[in-house]
Amino acid sequence: MAQKTPEQITDDLLRPLSGISGRYALSAAFLAGIVVAALAAFMWQVYAGLGVSGLRTPVFWGFYITDFVFWIGLSHAGTLISAILRLANATWRRPVTRCAEVITVFALSIGAAFPVIHLGRPWLAFWLFPYPSERGIWPNIRSPLLWDFFAINTYLISSVTFLVLPIVPDMALVRDRAAGWKKRIYGALALGWTGTPKQWHRLETAMHIMAVAVIPVAVSVHSIVSWDFAMAPVPMWHSTIFAPYFVCGAIFSGIAALILAMALLRKFLHLEEYLLPIHFENLGKLLLVMSLLWFYFVFAERLTTWYGNGSGEMPVFWTTQHGSYSPLFWAMVFCNFLIPAPILAIKQLRTITGTAIASFTVVVGMWLERFLIIVPSLSHKYLTYSWGTYRPTWVEITITVGTFCAMALLYMIFSKLVPIISIWELKAGLQQAPNHARIIAEPDEVRAD
Amino acid sequence: MAHNWGMVIDLDRCTGCEACVVACHAENNISTVGQEQAARSRAKHWIRVERYYEGEFPDVKVKFQPVLCQQCDAAPCEPVCPTFASYHTSEGLNGQIYNRCIGTRYCANACPYNVRFFNFYNPVWDKPLNLQLNPDVSVRSVGVMEKCTFCVQRIKAGEIQAAAEKRELKDGEIKPACVQSCPTNAMVWGDLNDPESEASRLANSSRATKLLAEVGTRPKVTYLPRDSWHGTENA
Repeated sequence: MAQKTPEQITDDLLRPLSGISGRYALSAAFLAGIVVAALAAFMWQVYAGLGVSGLRTPVFWGFYITDFVFWIGLSHAGTLISAILRLANATWRRPVTRCAEVITVFALSIGAAFPVIHLGRPWLAFWLFPYPSERGIWPNIRSPLLWDFFAINTYLISSVTFLVLPIVPDMALVRDRAAGWKKRIYGALALGWTGTPKQWHRLETAMHIMAVAVIPVAVSVHSIVSWDFAMAPVPMWHSTIFAPYFVCGAIFSGIAALILAMALLRKFLHLEEYLLPIHFENLGKLLLVMSLLWFYFVFAERLTTWYGNGSGEMPVFWTTQHGSYSPLFWAMVFCNFLIPAPILAIKQLRTITGTAIASFTVVVGMWLERFLIIVPSLSHKYLTYSWGTYRPTWVEITITVGTFCAMALLYMIFSKLVPIISIWELKAGLQQAPNHARIIAEPDEVRAD
Repeated sequence: MAHNWGMVIDLDRCTGCEACVVACHAENNISTVGQEQAARSRAKHWIRVERYYEGEFPDVKVKFQPVLCQQCDAAPCEPVCPTFASYHTSEGLNGQIYNRCIGTRYCANACPYNVRFFNFYNPVWDKPLNLQLNPDVSVRSVGVMEKCTFCVQRIKAGEIQAAAEKRELKDGEIKPACVQSCPTNAMVWGDLNDPESEASRLANSSRATKLLAEVGTRPKVTYLPRDSWHGTENA
């Protein structure tokens, strides 16, 4: 494969912005249709009452909170992975970072919608804002839900900043090549970027600050999400392991989502020469580490619970191990560990297809994990007479499926408006490290060095 | 000294007749959700009578255990509410302020006793039950939590009456609907800050236990366990 010149890189990566195919329009319309159906289901729920969901006494949280934790978890793909790779100065990161940062912004926006969707009176969600209201009370700062409110908003603001900053030079590039109304729009998005050394210096400094700042923010967000559960005296929720366990699970599902997104982008946007096997291999190794770490957390949690033999915990423990929730539990173990770990551990299987399959099972498994944390504990809480069950309705299923389609749709639209691979960072890689061009072109040869 | 309302339930006296459940529904405007919704576990019983069995027929021992909001002093439902809808009053009650509730249902998840209920739909009453609503109790809309209040409307009415007559409240003067309707006097309600009250006396007796004491919620409902249940096997 020939080495790419800067001009070729620009041409290749701006090509997706030049128009849409019939297939693209068809799939976008299909996804949009399901998103509209999900919106309609939500409006129906607001109109009729939360009774149209499958929630009941005592399982007051179900699919919606599962989706909430799942999407917030998925959002750790991006900003966190990208920030760590930037700080570690991993040169292979360059084509990967923007794909990841976009996942963060969209997954976080979708995740943040669920606490509102699940409310009994969603039209009053703004009562979580601390403002001097006519009601004369502030929000309750002792409530983990309020911590969530601040953590998620902080994370959303910082991850949007983290995504938008390195987009600016690419917007200027598009501006310079466009004409008419496109030139005006991209010109506005380029924020007056002319590429002076001063501007470059400021961008680099800002990116460095953001990369450092966003890591503790990301860790805090999923810790606080875990505390929504860990702060309540509910069997198998009230656990000190939850914060690191959730952060680990979040990064785990985030990497899986990133690999899946990259595999799809590579295929549909013809980025075969940019998203290379080595990227999938490196991310696959990270995914393997997280899979092992996830299994370690689950094992530690299960062992201590079983050994402790608490009267409140054991019914929840056994219903997931060999009771009514055990098919889901063992499916989760298969999806998160028994299937992906061998695929990712064996070098011959750690291909693009292999890592994509492993990532798909991890995404499914991590959704199941969140469900299994929430529902069995609520349905088997202390007094046996008050135990219950839970089954979702078409409303919850439609909204859940709709958010997956919304994610795909947003990603599709974004990839048509902004170069999904950072052009200037790739070119900077060419200039700063001549070796990088060889990594792009001949990764196997470089690895053999 | 402020009042500290509490309840004692003698399980040896409870026959499981559920008069307390009916009285509570009538007193507190608790909507019946209908057969279909009740089958989906959406029924709202601020007090329920739990039934526990032991043994095989005909050697069956049965225990009835009325469970209502335990009005905990360390209530897990209170700190988790983001809008202060679940709130500790100066008289030690777990207040539920419907107007503040946005329906996160976090309180219900945090409650170890599962005694908090959610309005999945707007309340409706089968005719002619719609004509017997208690004007002293607000009706709850869709999307908010509700639970036992210890009949706070009766407490307030009793306090106002005593203040108007410039006298102290007498023990037993105020009775929540469940206590008033119990045919076997299994339930006693009163001021735990008054050492002479019947409730205080029973709450401090050697039989006194708390439900799920190990969770550390410091409930203000005391149970006197069923002696025959734990007594000799040959009894």
